[in-house]
Amino acid sequence: MFYREAGQFKDSYESDQAIFPVAQDRWFVFGVVIAAFALVPFFIGDYWTNAVLLPLLAYSLAALGLNILTGYCGQVSLGTGGFLAVGAYTTFKLVTAFPELNFILVVLFSGATTAAVGVVFGLPSLRIKGFYLAVATLAAQFFLVWMFNKVEWFFNYSPTGQITMPPVELFGVLITGPRAPSAAKYLFCLGVVAVAAYAAKNIVRSRIGRAWMAIRDMDIAAELIGIRPLMTKLSAFAVSSFYIGMAGSLYFGVWLGSAEPIEAFGIEQSFLVLFMIIVGGLGSILGSFLGAAFMVLLPIVLKNFMVDGLSMAVVTAKHVEIMSLGMLIVFFLIVEPHGLARLWQIAKEKLRLWPFPH
Amino acid sequence: MSGEALFFLEVVISGLMAGVMYALVALGFVLIFKASGVLNFAQGVLALFAALALYDFIAPGGWVDDLFGFTFPIWAGIILTVGVMIIVAWLIERLVLQHLVQQEPIILFMSTIGLAYILEGVGDMLFGSDVKPLDIGIPQGASDWLLDNYGLYVEKLEVFAALTAAILVIVLAVFFQKTRIGRALRAVADDHQAALSVGVSLRTIWVIVWSVAGMVALVAGIMWGSKSGIQFSLSLIALKALPVLILGGFTSVPGAIIGGLIIGVGEKVAEVYLGPYVGGAIENWFAYVLALVFLFFRPQGLFGERIIERV
Repeated sequence: MFYREAGQFKDSYESDQAIFPVAQDRWFVFGVVIAAFALVPFFIGDYWTNAVLLPLLAYSLAALGLNILTGYCGQVSLGTGGFLAVGAYTTFKLVTAFPELNFILVVLFSGATTAAVGVVFGLPSLRIKGFYLAVATLAAQFFLVWMFNKVEWFFNYSPTGQITMPPVELFGVLITGPRAPSAAKYLFCLGVVAVAAYAAKNIVRSRIGRAWMAIRDMDIAAELIGIRPLMTKLSAFAVSSFYIGMAGSLYFGVWLGSAEPIEAFGIEQSFLVLFMIIVGGLGSILGSFLGAAFMVLLPIVLKNFMVDGLSMAVVTAKHVEIMSLGMLIVFFLIVEPHGLARLWQIAKEKLRLWPFPH
Repeated sequence: MSGEALFFLEVVISGLMAGVMYALVALGFVLIFKASGVLNFAQGVLALFAALALYDFIAPGGWVDDLFGFTFPIWAGIILTVGVMIIVAWLIERLVLQHLVQQEPIILFMSTIGLAYILEGVGDMLFGSDVKPLDIGIPQGASDWLLDNYGLYVEKLEVFAALTAAILVIVLAVFFQKTRIGRALRAVADDHQAALSVGVSLRTIWVIVWSVAGMVALVAGIMWGSKSGIQFSLSLIALKALPVLILGGFTSVPGAIIGGLIIGVGEKVAEVYLGPYVGGAIENWFAYVLALVFLFFRPQGLFGERIIERV
């Protein structure tokens, strides 16, 4: 009854091609975005920012990037951890070498560097397909992490091998380091993610996005109708890595503050982000956010429930957590292999009629 | 032989032996991929799980010892562990795979990662997560005979592993080529639907394949466990087996063996002769790069079935 598009006529091409053609969707999303910008910063404390919101935003951006490559262009990548590392180390090198550089530029430049690296590691995709490619991208993962661990220039010859983010100001407000107000950190990440998501939504609807989807659905057929696989696949790698690089910048720069390559950018991160897009929904922008939210919140909820609720020992709780995570993933894949985004779709279908039966 | 050449020979031999160990894990992958098209990421954890189960059956201080005050002899322990692996295979088919028929390969792949988490969690909870030495009487230490006569340093355990792998491959080859079940397995690998239509039960076949993969995992678990103790890092050998797999081809048993040998030797030679110049510890990624180089020339791996693409 409330969610009906009857009577919403589209009288121009623009309104027909709008991102949210249904008015209720549009207002709902506007409402969420405005609340996220204007209301949430007044209510959050340090715990919420650091444990939930910042990882959620950073991982959403990474999931968005991987979804462009895997969900839209069909190239499975297990190198996300390595690409996050490229973004993080570019950020680190830039802010330590040029402290006065605007941090927005730093984030963009981290994305650009990662895009270049991504294109290099995307080259095999022209020859190798499917799981062979997935395993080949592991080469990127292991090589990059090894490089950041071994080449001392990358971590400024610090004896521990760690990188630590110096405090950086943007428009006179501290946004990195432990003394930065959590609202500022949150707003900065939210701004980056919102712009990136808006751009991604439009890229995948454009000519290049349609070319990606054609390659994903059947690459030979796409080639036959005149889509160049070289440009298409490499552009997917470039755009995807750009997003993951920016995510790495936020992940290390704003959220973690200091990082050690093997732990922060290990293969677990690659799997985690891949889980996010599969749980959220392959080939869906919304799905990237839902999946990231699911995978970030789930361990926190599980841990709180078991340690505080059932007063389990922390070690046992850790094992149960790993096990339940695995079970939930398998359960999810069985029940809804198309992810949370599809559930949302189904919910909208139902909502049209609700509360009437017909 | 001069010292230089001798050292090179030693490096090559130790590489070959390491390659055999990788091949043992890769074999399990190949079996499952052939029969069901699933890239089973849980193979490494399966090896860990098998080794842990075996430990608890036979070792003093294990579960059986704690509960009942006695331990099984080694042969009985192995048989019991095989039983456990068959149950695990049956459960996996029942609870997971059966519901995922006809899904996309990536979904199946992710479900095996989920499985790996489950097995890891269950294994840790049941068996504890500290390092356990596994000793089932496999000879350890350097081979005296080679050391005395030729001055070569070769681990006995690794020779034993190589022999076991050889026997395993022969047994598997006979099983696949000569038995009724083997024929059914090959039929399923070739074409699921055609196999179904001539009356091969897909579900039984999958249970059998996963059980066989579980037994291969047990062998791998025993070898790795005897070498470096049973610990969580054992499950990471799956990552070592992946480059072997793409090098040899996902669908080829001989490919897994030869791929393993190439990767093993390449990795050791590179680590010894190239490693010092670039800061060492290149073992982690060198295998992948090596496999990648091969893939440029043969995208389906050395022995993989030719990929025929149609619109």
